[in-house]
Amino acid sequence: MQDMKKLAQLLKQVEDQLVVCMRCGMCQSVCPVFAETGRESDVARGKLALLDGLLQEMFKDSTGVQERLSRCLLCGSCAANCPSGVKVLDIFIKARAVITNYVGLSPLKKIIFRKMLAQPELFDQLMEWGSRLQGIFIKPVDELLGTSCARFVSPLGDRHFSSLAPQPFHRAVPFLDTPAGASGLKAGLFMGCVIDKVFPRIGHAVLRTLEHHGVGVFIPREVGCCGIPALSSGDTETYNKLVRHNLKGLASQDLDVLITACATCTSTIKKLWPTLAEELSPPELEQVKTLAGKTMDISQFLVEKLGVKASGSGEGGEKPLITYHDPCHLKKSLGIAAQPRTVLQASPAYRFKEMKEADKCCGCGGSFNLQHYDLSSAIGKHKRDNIADSGASVVATSCPACMLQISDMLSQAGDRVEVKHAIEVYAESLDKK
Amino acid sequence: MMKALIKEFEKVVGKDNVFQDETDRATYSYDAAVLEPVLPALVLRPTSSEALGRVVALCNEHGLPLTVRGAGTNLSGGTIPKTGGVVVLTNALNRIIEINEGDLYAVVEPGVVTAKFAAAVEAKGLFYPPDPGSQAVSTLGGNVAENAGGLRGLRYGVTRDYVMGLEFFDVNGDLVKAGARTVKCVTGYNLGGLLVGSEGTLGVFDKITLKLIPMPPAKKAMMAIFSDMNKASETVSAIIAHRIVPVTLEFMDNFTIRAVEDFSHAGLPVDAAALLLIEVDGHPVQVEEDAEKVEALCRQMGAMSVRVAQDAAERDKVWEARRAALSALSRVKPTTVLEDATVPRSKIPAMIRSIEDIAREYQLTIGTFGHAGDGNLHPTILTDKRNKDEWHRVESAIDAIFDKALSLGGTLSGEHGIGLAKSRYLEKETSRGTMLYSRRIKAALDPKGILNPGKIIGE
Repeated sequence: MQDMKKLAQLLKQVEDQLVVCMRCGMCQSVCPVFAETGRESDVARGKLALLDGLLQEMFKDSTGVQERLSRCLLCGSCAANCPSGVKVLDIFIKARAVITNYVGLSPLKKIIFRKMLAQPELFDQLMEWGSRLQGIFIKPVDELLGTSCARFVSPLGDRHFSSLAPQPFHRAVPFLDTPAGASGLKAGLFMGCVIDKVFPRIGHAVLRTLEHHGVGVFIPREVGCCGIPALSSGDTETYNKLVRHNLKGLASQDLDVLITACATCTSTIKKLWPTLAEELSPPELEQVKTLAGKTMDISQFLVEKLGVKASGSGEGGEKPLITYHDPCHLKKSLGIAAQPRTVLQASPAYRFKEMKEADKCCGCGGSFNLQHYDLSSAIGKHKRDNIADSGASVVATSCPACMLQISDMLSQAGDRVEVKHAIEVYAESLDKK
Repeated sequence: MMKALIKEFEKVVGKDNVFQDETDRATYSYDAAVLEPVLPALVLRPTSSEALGRVVALCNEHGLPLTVRGAGTNLSGGTIPKTGGVVVLTNALNRIIEINEGDLYAVVEPGVVTAKFAAAVEAKGLFYPPDPGSQAVSTLGGNVAENAGGLRGLRYGVTRDYVMGLEFFDVNGDLVKAGARTVKCVTGYNLGGLLVGSEGTLGVFDKITLKLIPMPPAKKAMMAIFSDMNKASETVSAIIAHRIVPVTLEFMDNFTIRAVEDFSHAGLPVDAAALLLIEVDGHPVQVEEDAEKVEALCRQMGAMSVRVAQDAAERDKVWEARRAALSALSRVKPTTVLEDATVPRSKIPAMIRSIEDIAREYQLTIGTFGHAGDGNLHPTILTDKRNKDEWHRVESAIDAIFDKALSLGGTLSGEHGIGLAKSRYLEKETSRGTMLYSRRIKAALDPKGILNPGKIIGE
């Protein structure tokens, strides 16, 4: 029997944020999960009402509420569209943490987060072994997209996934410290797990670009996961460990900017690190705030600090079309949407064309994809349709997690559309100059 | 609820569309009104007409209270179920069955979202004018059941003016047909007229036939700023007296202006007593002429300044301020009580002064904005429901607002409906006879009283 009174007390910390919801229901118009299911418990208003129910000690246990809380992409569409400004993501992340701390982390997540993710060196080692062994279990299905599927019945189901790279980025470039060049700027690089282990080519494109613009680069020897996978499962212990670990690698450096090419890492560092910092000491909190203030998405950096401009592409009807998908964590969390488009239009190789609903969530949602694959791919299929309808031969975006999902969806549909990071497109244009 | 009955419902709507779990049911216990939630015993999501009719019949057979729910955006508690009752969702009945360009009508299922319908109609160069504030999520079934209004009411009327025909299930699950697809129809009782605005108490909509009109080719918006509330409302009367009927004629008081400016920094004059946002539409030549006349009138009546939008972007800017009004107000305090007491147009200055007096008397924060053109104001009380003492004063203030609106010859609700929130005031506005007449209709059509019990006429 759970002590629901105690849980209600623990949830008191979100009460003031909860009462802001006036139950107007406008979140129904933008929630990707609700669009698929039509169930009120899948939309923010319903989940907020359920948390209110826990506060009022309405339920006999928290299982039902916890299950429904997990059916959320944390895409922030609701918060960006909320008339009364409910801080939905803040509430959900805090509530997940409270409930998880209260009922305990599942044994599987405990192993994954506490024993692996929280220990970056071990995590890297495991992933490398995985990369070497994966050929036994998976087979390539699409060369253009670089996707594979399982050879045997596997827990990965029918996914067409992007496999682990043979050489992760940190093996190729374990450490870097170059002085500022022509730009006079020095940038730290925060790679993020997915780029490091699945798409190291994005990391190399970032380096190539920064070198071209004379930007000095610092890559610490030890840098781990940004912490969002643990945090979204309510594991604040692992999250705090990772934030501290990353601080150690980065905080002591004299940097003008901290660049990431992963929308999710960018928004986690900028928005979550400084707000979910109860465990940090005052000096650590200062460091986190300074770092968060300096953190920029790579396209934002190119446009705002280096003055990269669109180069009048658009003419030249024969050029292949390129389109862009807005990662939720860039557009909805940070309002960054114009800059990546400018970066794409700086490349003379393509003609840019908007797809329909470019800022609609791709349905990945990190661990949401693992827990609710059917829903995740139902949402992803709309994205795939909009990409296909645009007629583009390349779809660019700014988040490697979106790239995983979009590659899966395109590969399953048999589309001949390449998936690239905006910075890859930009770096290619430099090589051709 | 009996296991056998739940099995029966599962057969009718499919197992996946029967929500029994307490957690799921809890998410259908409220709507957008500031009222206590009520947990339903069961939630059903029929996916076909047949299933919907069968559900109604089963509920009646077993005497189960039935509340139909679209998007649950009701502001008077019309979608709050009854204890032990069943909530029936319409959002799986969301097909636009026909848009007829020759005969200018459309046939829809009740769960179609208003804005999606308006967009589909617009894609064909046609126009469905009713635009309630919740149109991005609200359903047409809900709009018809509540006779929803919107910003364009002054020129284009409200939902009622667009309902040509209805097919609905009576309480026994028999299909009733009202109206037609023709402009003229005098066949039988005007049952559609009875059902529109009946808040789910007399029948359950299956199909709705809606009137469409051609999309006006041009429009022009402007913002007029006043240092004096009276001048603003005299301007409203003057515009109408000059035989110009704008599409929208919206008003914002000083408190709302300040809240919007705090929120969106759109450059609104925070010292202005009132703002009017005016849009005219129609043929391009007439739009130009009307816009010039309205601008001249505003200046004549003493507007401090008038800004006419020169292009789509500027037009958008004008409306941004209005769209932000409720958001801006609702951020001031945790609980937002949005009222819609409505008075004859000429009584707006008196009503606004009274609202200011009431705010002072009960020591409350009230921002007022709304549809000045049709007298439909939205006094918005900003409070914190957890503060028991203040909440008590809010309730008294609402009583006072209603009393004042009625004494000015107005009505309790312009567009939000009576629902649970205002049923106890209904007799005040109407008469004992009206209540009895309404209750007799209800008793005749729904002898067991299962259709959305408690709404409008109480229990």
